[in-house]
Amino acid sequence: MNETEKQTAENADRAPIIEVNSMHKWYGDFHVLSDINLKVKLGERIVICGPSGSGKSTLIRCINRLEEHQRGQIIVNGTELTNDIKNIEKVRAEVGMVFQHFNLFPHLTILENLTLGPIWVRKTPKKDAEEMAMMYLEKVHIAEQALKFPGQLSGGQQQRVAIARSLCMKPEVMLFDEPTSALDPEMIKEVLDVMIDLAEEGMTMLVVTHEMGFAKSVADRVMFMDEGQVVEENNPHDFFDNPQNERTKLFLSQIL
Amino acid sequence: MNTPNTAPSREYLKPPVTEVGVLGWLHGNLFNTWYNSVLTILFAVLLWQVVPPFISWAFIDSVWNTPSEACRDIEGACWSIIPQNISFIIFGFFPDGAQWRPGSAMLILLGLVFFSKNSNHWKKSLGIYWLIGIIVMGTLMYGGVFGMQVVETAQWSGLPLTFMLSFFGMVAAYPLGVLLALGRQSRMPAIKTLCVVYIEMIRGVPLISLLFMSSILFPLFLPEGITIDKVLRAQVAIILFTAAYIAEVVRGGLQAMPRGQFEAADSLGLNYNQTMRLIILPQALKIVIPPSLGILLSAFKDTSLVVIIALYDVLKTTKVTLSNPKWTGYSTEAYIFLAVLYFICCYAMSSYSRKLEKSLHTGR
Ligand SMILES: Nc1ncnc2c1ncn2[C@@H]1O[C@H](COP(=O)(O)OP(=O)(O)OP(=O)(O)O)[C@@H](O)[C@H]1O
Ligand SMILES: [Mg+2]
Repeated sequence: MNETEKQTAENADRAPIIEVNSMHKWYGDFHVLSDINLKVKLGERIVICGPSGSGKSTLIRCINRLEEHQRGQIIVNGTELTNDIKNIEKVRAEVGMVFQHFNLFPHLTILENLTLGPIWVRKTPKKDAEEMAMMYLEKVHIAEQALKFPGQLSGGQQQRVAIARSLCMKPEVMLFDEPTSALDPEMIKEVLDVMIDLAEEGMTMLVVTHEMGFAKSVADRVMFMDEGQVVEENNPHDFFDNPQNERTKLFLSQIL
Repeated sequence: MNTPNTAPSREYLKPPVTEVGVLGWLHGNLFNTWYNSVLTILFAVLLWQVVPPFISWAFIDSVWNTPSEACRDIEGACWSIIPQNISFIIFGFFPDGAQWRPGSAMLILLGLVFFSKNSNHWKKSLGIYWLIGIIVMGTLMYGGVFGMQVVETAQWSGLPLTFMLSFFGMVAAYPLGVLLALGRQSRMPAIKTLCVVYIEMIRGVPLISLLFMSSILFPLFLPEGITIDKVLRAQVAIILFTAAYIAEVVRGGLQAMPRGQFEAADSLGLNYNQTMRLIILPQALKIVIPPSLGILLSAFKDTSLVVIIALYDVLKTTKVTLSNPKWTGYSTEAYIFLAVLYFICCYAMSSYSRKLEKSLHTGR
């Protein structure tokens, strides 16, 4: 048994870090998410896939309250998400999020992008925050760009910075919303490699992606969503080789 | 040989003569089409008609520092009106012996402004310098200590008054405008309505009527015996007026911010104040530098409207000088002087804003 497997095994019987219970969400009259149930244990890697408009983004955005749900329960690391703004800020500090379009802060240098959260939210002294930021930049292989501005980097580099920015908050969970789909093909690999490294270190990850290679190699579970519902959920081996649901089969035949 | 040795096999030709040099420039910019040629010739004739006579009026046949009698029998400009009346034009009714006081106050203000232009000086200590500066300037203007005679605000006039009203007008209006813009975007209906009503009401009336209200209407509502200084009321009216316009410009900047910036800030756990102060406003305010400058420039020029409540800004002191029978005929010279004065100030402001914009540029 290697390190991570041991860790995963130890955590297996703890309370789940994310718990979603019969959650529903509407945009106006439109029922985007219907009866979502989800338990994520510490160290688990979950890939969410499904056709466009099926509600994948909405689901993971509900987990850090970028979107509000209307019915059911979302509990993150023991804190239930309600209208209480203090709870929301606490959850957000513990949940990292990586967006499709990076969303770096263009007026700040790479280093400042990374230290902002630790300094203002975690109250880390500036010097420590900068040291930590440099460590994470090294980890995503981009330390030499620390003093540049986001606009001066390529898309792949920006996305790696965005990942490092989230990591600087020492999150319990990382959410990824199609982190590679705005990138040119030759940059996808550099970002996926960073994500694979993260997974191997035991980071709990929820990843919306169409990169099925990534799903096969790192996911513990793959969830397939359609029309706001989780249609099928399985380990990657069975999910890809032996899909049960007709809609899953259709989807897989289209993208593989 | 100026052929780069990396491409020895290729021959580099010079462009045709008509494309480069003086001829090329003339052809490309002034005579490239028949109507441009016609316009070029027309303007050349016009300039020839206007420029030489102006030069001989302003510089050759003119006098620069003579008593008004000497101006009677010359063809050119009588610039003498400026140096002969400079102390009244600049300092107005400030008592004669004490004019070094507003003079040094203005120098302190300019010094502080120049010092603050440098972004390396944007630290906490800057605020302290300003606080000290403002106290010193106030003391110099008002007096009453260290043997300086008291000069009531009613006597503050000329350029110091213009500078004071416009500078503090802009400096106070900007943050107020930003707050109003944020308030207008607020989710709390009470705050939002208040801000909308305020902004729309102020923008619906001219500055003159606000000044009138501040000087005539407002005192009627004050309890017996309490008066608020007239200059202060004008200052407040200018601030309130400018802030409403700033607010709308800043709102535009806020609306131009992509949703992703808010979401990224939220997802880091930053609260509303931090998000606004660290992420949104720095970017939004940068976008609105050019339109803000427009508002600040017109605020600067609009301070001359305070004449209607009997304050004597630099435009009014010039007019008073012109009403002196000795100098009545020389309004052209006086107004040219004023125009140059205003132009220098406005140009300084706009070139600073351009520099600021450039220095805040961070690629793409
Ligand atoms: N702010 C909103 N207001 C109204 N409807 C919305 C809003 N955001 C998303 N929707 C709708 O909700 C549905 C789910 O959107 P969502 O972005 O979660 O889909 P997705 O699965 O992430 O799709 P994609 O693969 O294209 O990113 C879509 O039909 C979308 O049109
Ligand atoms: Mg999506």
